[in-house]
Amino acid sequence: MSKLIRMDHTGHSTLAEWTPGDPAGVEAAVAAFRAELDRGYLAMISTGPGHAEHVRELPVEAELVIMRLPISGG
Amino acid sequence: MATVDVLPETAAVHWRRRVDAGQLRLRGRLWTLTMAAHVVPFAGAAMLLMWMQPLALPVALVLLAHAWIIPELYAQRGANVLRPPRRAGAGTQGAPAPAPAPEPERRSVGLLGDLVGHDARELHARTGLVLEPGRLGAWIVGEKGAVLLHGARRRRAYCYCVKVDPRRPAARDLPSGDRIAHLLLALRSDEPGFATVANLAFAGATWRLRRRLPTEMRPALKAALAASDTRSSTAR
Repeated sequence: MSKLIRMDHTGHSTLAEWTPGDPAGVEAAVAAFRAELDRGYLAMISTGPGHAEHVRELPVEAELVIMRLPISGG
Repeated sequence: MATVDVLPETAAVHWRRRVDAGQLRLRGRLWTLTMAAHVVPFAGAAMLLMWMQPLALPVALVLLAHAWIIPELYAQRGANVLRPPRRAGAGTQGAPAPAPAPEPERRSVGLLGDLVGHDARELHARTGLVLEPGRLGAWIVGEKGAVLLHGARRRRAYCYCVKVDPRRPAARDLPSGDRIAHLLLALRSDEPGFATVANLAFAGATWRLRRRLPTEMRPALKAALAASDTRSSTAR
């Protein structure tokens, strides 16, 4: 089961869960993913210890996709 | 899957040169030069004064105090990047961030724990900071900044001010684990880009930074030094 989560004031919220073989679940996840991108969030996936990548499209095969806010110099 | 190699936030600072090892060394040397330009005139004037008129000792001491305090103030500025943001009750814009509720805090630390290894989890529980080895050196990541220990002899600490963009309303209520996770994910995806986006607050001696860190945070610096040692010995 793959998960799309967003880091927010609750710690994190699960926005969608899907399995690659479930088209309806994937479609809902893609819609939730795009909605978060439209809100200015950035999508990240872990690609091994100490590595992460930004993604612009929902990676259906990924186990966990994390939406984060942009960072800036303080 | 469309992946992005460069941190998107670097577009907001497009005029900055992308950070690399050479640029880090250069910035470190410039920082040392700037400190010398601050300290040497005060120390020199104190010695000259004493040579000319020993009775001017009080004035010479004031000058020496200036020579001592300026680097310490900069080191304090560097240490501040690792301190957690002040938390008070819910406030208006510009006020300290509100204290997160225990449950969100627990959830955020749980997510952060999933992103790091056992040792880093344990270190975070003790210090509130996360150690992240990188290609440029060993990073210590806090809620509103990160410190990079760079160089084979890891003598220099680069203290960066960087945090979740405070212009986003959603950034205000983030629990501490999420704040660190934001920085950690950005760092892991593009280390030079992360250092480019961040603002350098201090680039000085690690020992000077250590003295200005709260006692409970010092184990993180010690762990980062050990991590740097491992990298250096592995690289040989």
